[in-house]
Amino acid sequence: MTIPTATSPPASPLTQPPVAGSLASAPWWRRALAVPTVGPLLALLLACTFFATQSDRFLSGGNFSLIMQQVMVVGTLAIGQTLIILTAGIDLSNGAIMALGSVVMTKLAVDTGLPPLLAIVIGISVCAGFGYANGMLVTRVSLPPFIVTLGMLNIAFALTHIYSNEETIVGLPSELLFLGRTFSIGDTRITYGSVLTIALFLLAAYVLSQTAWGRRVYAIGSNKEATRLSGVPVQRLTVSVYTVAGVIYGIAALLLVARTSVGDPKAGQTDNLDSITAVVLGGTSLFGGRGAVLGTLIGALIVGVFRNGLQLMGVPSIYQILITGILVIIAVTVDQISRRRTR
Amino acid sequence: MTEPQPPRLAARGLVKRYGHVIALDGADFDLQAGEVLAVIGDNGAGKSTLIKALAGALVPDAGELLVDGERVRFRDPQDARRHGIETVYQDLALAPALDIATNMFLGREVRRPGPLGSLLRMLDKPRMRSDAARHMSDLKIGLGTLTQAVETLSGGQRQGVAVARAAAWARHVVIMDEPTAALGVKESGQVLELIARVRERGLPVVLISHNMPHVFEIADRIHIQRLGRRVALVDKNSVSMSEAVAIMTGALLVDHDHADRVVVADRAAAQAIGVGSGSPDS
Repeated sequence: MTIPTATSPPASPLTQPPVAGSLASAPWWRRALAVPTVGPLLALLLACTFFATQSDRFLSGGNFSLIMQQVMVVGTLAIGQTLIILTAGIDLSNGAIMALGSVVMTKLAVDTGLPPLLAIVIGISVCAGFGYANGMLVTRVSLPPFIVTLGMLNIAFALTHIYSNEETIVGLPSELLFLGRTFSIGDTRITYGSVLTIALFLLAAYVLSQTAWGRRVYAIGSNKEATRLSGVPVQRLTVSVYTVAGVIYGIAALLLVARTSVGDPKAGQTDNLDSITAVVLGGTSLFGGRGAVLGTLIGALIVGVFRNGLQLMGVPSIYQILITGILVIIAVTVDQISRRRTR
Repeated sequence: MTEPQPPRLAARGLVKRYGHVIALDGADFDLQAGEVLAVIGDNGAGKSTLIKALAGALVPDAGELLVDGERVRFRDPQDARRHGIETVYQDLALAPALDIATNMFLGREVRRPGPLGSLLRMLDKPRMRSDAARHMSDLKIGLGTLTQAVETLSGGQRQGVAVARAAAWARHVVIMDEPTAALGVKESGQVLELIARVRERGLPVVLISHNMPHVFEIADRIHIQRLGRRVALVDKNSVSMSEAVAIMTGALLVDHDHADRVVVADRAAAQAIGVGSGSPDS
């Protein structure tokens, strides 16, 4: 096990086989399951196989494009949620922030008559501002993320309803609806929004695994104090994580508007919990420091595939929620057990 | 006559108060090149406050710090680090879920050369891995793959990673706070060997420890802290283990004016622990 060197130093006393619980000596399938996205991927494939046997319509390009459209809003929110959960935080306010962003961009474009692109930029900026505020309260005032984002959930929710007068904004200019338009590959029609969502996932995966910022996000979630003592500006980095998440919620707002073609103040009320569900199903630990954002995409797809498949089978929608709940508990149990193994 | 070398790291008259509690009451400190200096003291003697001041983790209220005789001010651990002073913290300051190489470069990540690094901010993982492997083999620490998560390592192996990281980045001094406190007998021995190897590489080491056998095994000189001050700075061979403990508790004193002779300060206390019988009364 010694690192080979030119002079081959005498065996060090610290050269010893890894301790019990290490995976280096485990069979390949145990090691594969330890990669956090492998389990969720297997679950997704199993679910797809099952539904393919239950419904002829399940395995079609059109149906998968539909599933993707159904998960793109929550999926995009869940990218921001993943970043925050990796730092051992949590964000309950993301759905409400997104709803506010969508109302701001539609109302500014329709009622105020701002150029649509400017309205979009302002809407995303409002979301980024809320993310920044979350980050500042979590770091500078050192409040628990759960409480900060619970408060921000109510604030954003109320502001959304005050600003919109509880009215749905309709008659949107085409720039706001662009992401809902489609292009065709063969006879499958794909929305630009789905492509944008996948691109955001790939970008987040790159940043998290290949840049110093990404590795430090993991480090903060794994051991905040050690990360600080290593010379990482933990507070500034945490604020940047919440702010980036806010920008992502702003993009989710744009996707929401494109998908529904309106600015709806009542939108996204359960999306905060749905985004957490996607993160957890994707194998990211709620305790921070371990997980992967592509797992979150798989987690969002698992929920989407179950809803879609059960619908095709004619199962009432309340059972879809029941099954989602069971899946979440299974995912957290698996996480807990695998954490215990490696301790 | 040649000028005596200034100490690598020194402190003069450090004071630190926490409300009414005086943690440091004019403490001095001297670390020479190439030595392992043990810092011992009872609980509340101001050991950790002293070490934090030297590592930049706190700012003293008064007194001065000297690096190679030059006056310096450390406002945070980064300042101390810029002067080549690295600290291994007691609670193993590593991120358990991350791999060994990532931990060694945490906060000092290396990017790829060219546009991949400058534009895409891509990390140079192969280079960080090979550098980490080199640092580990320099200290003869073999740990298998460096892509292994730190949490899969034993306590001693983790301490090895922490020490290797400090030794890799330190240009001047390595400070170790209770590096053997959480370890078993065998692993403690391995960490002591590691400290000796760091010293062989020319880096002086400050070792804070409660463990007298460890102190007497590895240290060259012993700094004894009591009631917020350095009450003695002695050569390891000039005192016995029980005398060192007696100085720590105030039963004995060291007379620096008379060839560092140990003298009895508190006869009853000294007799109670059975030291100082041969020394004259003060």
